[in-house]
Amino acid sequence: MESRDIEKPFTLWRRDFFKVLGGGIYFLFNLGNVDEAQAAETEQRRTLPKDYNAFLRIAEDGTVTCYTGKIEMGQGVFTSLPQMMADELDVELEKVKIVMGDTTLCPYDAGTWGSLTTRQFGPAMLAATAEARAVLLSMGAEYLKTTPDQVAVSNGVISIKNNKKKKVTYGQLAKGQKIEKFLDVKPKPKDYSEYKIMGKSFLHADALEKVTGRALYTGDFRMPGMVWAKILRPPSHFAKLATVDTSGAEQFPGAQVIRDKDFIAVLHADPEKAEQALAKIRADYTFNEMEVDDKNVFDRMLKIPSNARVTASKGNLDSGRKNSGFLFESQFNNHYVAHAPIEPHTALAWMEGDIMMVRASTQSPFGTQEGVARELGVTLEKVRVIPPFLGGGFGGKAVSLQANEAAKLAKLSGKPVMVAWTREEEFFYDSFRPAAVVTIKSGITPSGEITLWDYHEYFAGSRGSETIYECPDQSTISHSSNQVHPFATGAWRAPANNTNTYARESQIDMMAAKAGMDPIEFRLKNLKDQRMIDVLKGLKEFVNWKPAVSPGKRGFGIACGFDAGGYVATMAEVKVNQATGEITVVRVACVQEIGFCVNPQGATIQMEGCITMGMGYALTEEVEFTGGAVKTSNFGTYKLPKFSWLPKIETKILDRLTPPQGGGEPAIITMGGALANAVYDACGARLYTLPMTRERVLEALARK
Amino acid sequence: MPLDKKQSLLWALRTHFNLTGTKYGCGLGYCGACTVLMDDEPVRSCSIYMEDVAGKKITTIEGLANGDKLHPVQQAFVDHDALQCGFCTPGMIMNAVGLLKKNPHPSREQIINGMEDNFCRCGAHTRIVDAIAEAAGKM
Ligand code: FES
Ligand code: FES
Repeated sequence: MESRDIEKPFTLWRRDFFKVLGGGIYFLFNLGNVDEAQAAETEQRRTLPKDYNAFLRIAEDGTVTCYTGKIEMGQGVFTSLPQMMADELDVELEKVKIVMGDTTLCPYDAGTWGSLTTRQFGPAMLAATAEARAVLLSMGAEYLKTTPDQVAVSNGVISIKNNKKKKVTYGQLAKGQKIEKFLDVKPKPKDYSEYKIMGKSFLHADALEKVTGRALYTGDFRMPGMVWAKILRPPSHFAKLATVDTSGAEQFPGAQVIRDKDFIAVLHADPEKAEQALAKIRADYTFNEMEVDDKNVFDRMLKIPSNARVTASKGNLDSGRKNSGFLFESQFNNHYVAHAPIEPHTALAWMEGDIMMVRASTQSPFGTQEGVARELGVTLEKVRVIPPFLGGGFGGKAVSLQANEAAKLAKLSGKPVMVAWTREEEFFYDSFRPAAVVTIKSGITPSGEITLWDYHEYFAGSRGSETIYECPDQSTISHSSNQVHPFATGAWRAPANNTNTYARESQIDMMAAKAGMDPIEFRLKNLKDQRMIDVLKGLKEFVNWKPAVSPGKRGFGIACGFDAGGYVATMAEVKVNQATGEITVVRVACVQEIGFCVNPQGATIQMEGCITMGMGYALTEEVEFTGGAVKTSNFGTYKLPKFSWLPKIETKILDRLTPPQGGGEPAIITMGGALANAVYDACGARLYTLPMTRERVLEALARK
Repeated sequence: MPLDKKQSLLWALRTHFNLTGTKYGCGLGYCGACTVLMDDEPVRSCSIYMEDVAGKKITTIEGLANGDKLHPVQQAFVDHDALQCGFCTPGMIMNAVGLLKKNPHPSREQIINGMEDNFCRCGAHTRIVDAIAEAAGKM
């Protein structure tokens, strides 16, 4: 194999297909540049191969396999992608397989972020499979000595329309073949209304393995001679190792200490023994702390220098101010939150010949491959990443430091090494959703038209910061800096959008109340985007909305927004205990429009997941820290949503025959705003900081 | 690997017995991913030492199905799609089985109370409650 430069990621070379996978017909295709936009968002810039990044293989036994760099992490693509392919190719669902994320077998992919799989893959897969089908039909026609218009296909059998006895299967066409076809046209797939399998609800194909405990996650693999590694961790991200004494660990029976500069690990065949041995290491540190903690973080954000980028601007803010009857000025704060998947980051690495093999819980197998290659100073083809089932990611497993650690230790020790982070390590090294501030100056006429919108987001990220409402004089500015966070931050389910939607929808609610208007009417009055209008009207109908001006003591809150091409409107109902500050969420109703819905069951489950997870960031989840020392270390202080929180959840997906959009994220973005507005409606207290802990609710009530 | 009295049940299961269906989620008894049955009682295997297990009957997720026939709770989880990433699932199922052994006909509220301290980050909660309610009728 030729060695390649790291900028050009190694993927299966076309001429290696037949060697690695065997004969058959290969359809190569390109999913376009959507990934690149996504990758930029998560700062995973990397040059994509220009020719193809997914392929289908028709094998001699008639099976169809899709090889993709995407991975399954609970969003159900394991089920929805084969459905689409089976439908488009007219073969039985059982004949369709999918291989995901193996960096040697699958073409490059930037990573699986939240909901984008169905959205990106959907149309591209449909186009490619439609084209593959046309090619197969013409091959079949040729085989049957007729023309393509004379043949039809059903269940993978091509036959002559008026002589069904004359037939050939996809498998027969593939027999003894070594054909590869590059599909670069983008044909229009079947009309969405023609699909038989798609559009129906399907249960997770992998459920059986998961309910029996047979599903293997990274930490479940065992190898002969495998050892568990426990790594010495600093007390803060700004701590530097000064002195260290590893003798205690070295004397521990069965333990091996590995040291590479400040990186010190203990290896042991038993994970708990490795931990005990690690505890015997004595280390001292020097600190060069960043002066920031969870108390002063927002003040500091507004003070430090930042790069301002204008993302939208129209008219003139001065005239907007002059034309406003009422002016509003607010600051909204949002704390750091953790991804906290129940499976912590885990990796198993071992050498096979001169190849470093890595199993890792990662959302980005190719990113992991690149990281490991860089860590070891080898070329990409010397690293193979195979991702097994993933125990939740939510963006946090886009970063896979644990894989670098395992690979480094496997190389230094010559043994298969498992690195399984503890919950404490998981919190310490998580790439948190950034804490952020949004300031908004806005204005309305006495009759409720928005006349001014001056929006600044500080360090949230720009996704979702667009003004969805009409306003003649407006400006939206994004502030960024690389000096702001004392630890890693990154994409968290619907990155940036939770903060932006919370701030915007709270401000809108304040203006509606001042105008003496019902919050849905106020929104409709100021909206022109038809899809947003449709979901809001859909919600109104869905919950049988009775208009009222907030605070109407009903505890009803509204919020709407859009993310990843999908539109969402949410109504939340809460009760507020004014003595304790406790918020009880009674009901959440959510209407979503995500184009043609490939898997309604899957999309509904994703919406429920978003609503539940959204209650967490809105009500309790917050990372405590002092400088680079993360004080949150386990679920005792980091409060995840629990069973007793469960409101009545009602979801509705609007039927559309337009291209599919991501369904994994939109429903989470409105939770902060809907709940904050519901709290205001219940008791007249406006919450300017998420999460809305009891203390903050009591403070807001006292301010009233 | 030899068994050690001071070892946690969780890691003895996962390494010594290679029963990896029981998961580590927090190691401190908060999350319930490691739940197994000890004499039919749900316990958090991360917080139990082997010396306390002597003479007790331990049931893990692997021992729940009868050959190919799923336990009613497992079947209900499949039917209700009560899982996403599936990492909390073994602990959820074991806790639910223990709950139903004690109280074969729980109300919805009793199910919620009984499952309260098992965490699911993917938000499969509603479906988990539905699944347990259905399984209750079938056991
Ligand atoms: S791992 Fe035992 S309760 Fe979390
Ligand atoms: S299904 Fe993922 S944590 Fe519950």
